[in-house]
Amino acid sequence: MGTYLIRRFFLMLLTLFGISVLVFVMLRLVPGNIVDILFDAAGMINAAEKAQIEKDLGLDLPIVVQYGHWINGLFHGDLGYSYVSEKPAIEEIAPRIPITAKLAGLALLFSIVFGVPFGVISAVRQNSSLDYVLRVISLSGLSVPSFWLALLILMAFVSFFGTIPIYTEPPKTGWDELLLYSIPAAAVGFRSSALIMRLTRSSMLEVLRQDYIRTARAKGASDTSVNYHHALRNAILPVVTVIGIEAAFLMGGLIVTETVFNIPGVARFLVEAIRWRDYPIVQNLVMFIAVVAVLINFIVDLLYAVLDPRIKYAD
Amino acid sequence: MPSVDRVPEGTEDAAQPDGLWRQLRFIALGHPLGVIGAVIMAVFVFAAVFADFLTFYDPVATNSAVSLAHPNSAHWLGADFMGRDVYSRIVYGARISLAVGLGSTFLGCAIGVVLGLTSGYIGGWVDLIVQRLVDVLQGMPLLVLALVMAASLGPALGNTIIAIAIPLIPYAARVIRSNTLILREQPFVEAARAIGMSETRIAIRHVLPNTLAPLIVIATAQLGSAILTEASLSFLGLGIPEPHPSWGRMLSESAAEYVRTAPWLVVFPGLAISLVVFGTNLLGDALRDILDPRLRT
Repeated sequence: MGTYLIRRFFLMLLTLFGISVLVFVMLRLVPGNIVDILFDAAGMINAAEKAQIEKDLGLDLPIVVQYGHWINGLFHGDLGYSYVSEKPAIEEIAPRIPITAKLAGLALLFSIVFGVPFGVISAVRQNSSLDYVLRVISLSGLSVPSFWLALLILMAFVSFFGTIPIYTEPPKTGWDELLLYSIPAAAVGFRSSALIMRLTRSSMLEVLRQDYIRTARAKGASDTSVNYHHALRNAILPVVTVIGIEAAFLMGGLIVTETVFNIPGVARFLVEAIRWRDYPIVQNLVMFIAVVAVLINFIVDLLYAVLDPRIKYAD
Repeated sequence: MPSVDRVPEGTEDAAQPDGLWRQLRFIALGHPLGVIGAVIMAVFVFAAVFADFLTFYDPVATNSAVSLAHPNSAHWLGADFMGRDVYSRIVYGARISLAVGLGSTFLGCAIGVVLGLTSGYIGGWVDLIVQRLVDVLQGMPLLVLALVMAASLGPALGNTIIAIAIPLIPYAARVIRSNTLILREQPFVEAARAIGMSETRIAIRHVLPNTLAPLIVIATAQLGSAILTEASLSFLGLGIPEPHPSWGRMLSESAAEYVRTAPWLVVFPGLAISLVVFGTNLLGDALRDILDPRLRT
């Protein structure tokens, strides 16, 4: 187990190194840079002034040197300065992380609370009309774009309550915050809950056919006990994997949902920074997202062994 | 001496279609949801191909006289703020979705097949390097990677296809690699090697065709993802540029201002995206059940 963990950890570092190179190179492929945008907007064509600004921002250095500066800064907690606001990147990013984390946490909670029980019900009532309805709902969840669902929710609020529940000012109380974030969280979580529901159903169906389930029934265990204590406990392993993957990749859904609901989180900030070609913000945000995703995958791998004692990682 | 199994003359042509038809009907009866998915996809492809004959207005022509017109007999699904016919834009939008969906799925799967086959068949350090590359591409959420790619390449149809295809590569690569690892140990591969066939020829002629079933399954699933990603990119203003009528961009234009005043601008393009992705999901599920029952959910 120890050797496996060390090997897995080094592979994780290698993956993060690869992502950092990819993101850094991709952003330098963009035609033009922030200086071009600023000069275009201002209609200025002073080449000397432009070159001076590029020098001040370090954009005139060879790409390898620029990459070296960035990585060195990352290890020392210096993420550089935003080209747009001229504030330290860390000051721009840090306050947005809790907002996105709360939204992602709520979305994940929503997806588990709805996905797992409905998946179990769908499996237990296999081929009933309820099963068909739940399957169509889960398939719809995978088909509906989260930003469209978010827009439909906004439309419904306008029709029924005459108000739009978008972020206009920071919520004053915890309750306000919960109310404000729960709607976008539901819009994002709907897709994840559909995925979790489908996987719970298929995993449960496989387990419900096992001999020990028949034995449990023969011993007189109640349906609830058989379904939730005997079957679900063994069916949950692949579900945990998919919950982990969804947690790592929720950011994709949050990008559009934060934009629709005007929530000043990390995901919406990434889109704004990409539009402004604000390299320090984009590359640090993408690295942050990648670190979170890769770390969660690592933790899910470790959880396997804890949840299923039969799994032993060979040294 | 004539063979007892010989088909009577003139009946060969008739027997084959009947058998095929019967087989298709048998499969369709066993997978009704798959048939619904296939019908949705057929309508979608038909709309994309025959958009010129199915619409009455130029999808990019503006007309201020009908700005934000409600759905009516002249404009079935209403008109947008520039007076462009929503129905025509949705029908022409099918072309964009189909082009991006098929283009990026094909490109992503093609690169994934080459990487997966090479990695699985050669093994060793090639496998190690390719797998690390796949780890890198899979280390980021699909939309985040597509967003960075789209921003780097710039807004254009071809660039959007590439931006979506690259994040799709790992999925095909992993599936093809795992299948290749099993196939390369099979007796028929050993037999081919024993008769002196080159390794490249074995990989292409014998291993690759046997990985096609899981590839079709994964490609169908990715088609829906590609269409959704294109819609998301266009919604964020980083996908298909104007004047192309993209469904995602149609929603982007109407998102903030017209939720209250012109709900048809929000409802219909979103419905089109959802319906097509729903169709690909239904079809994908059915194909998976038919071609690879081990993955059935």
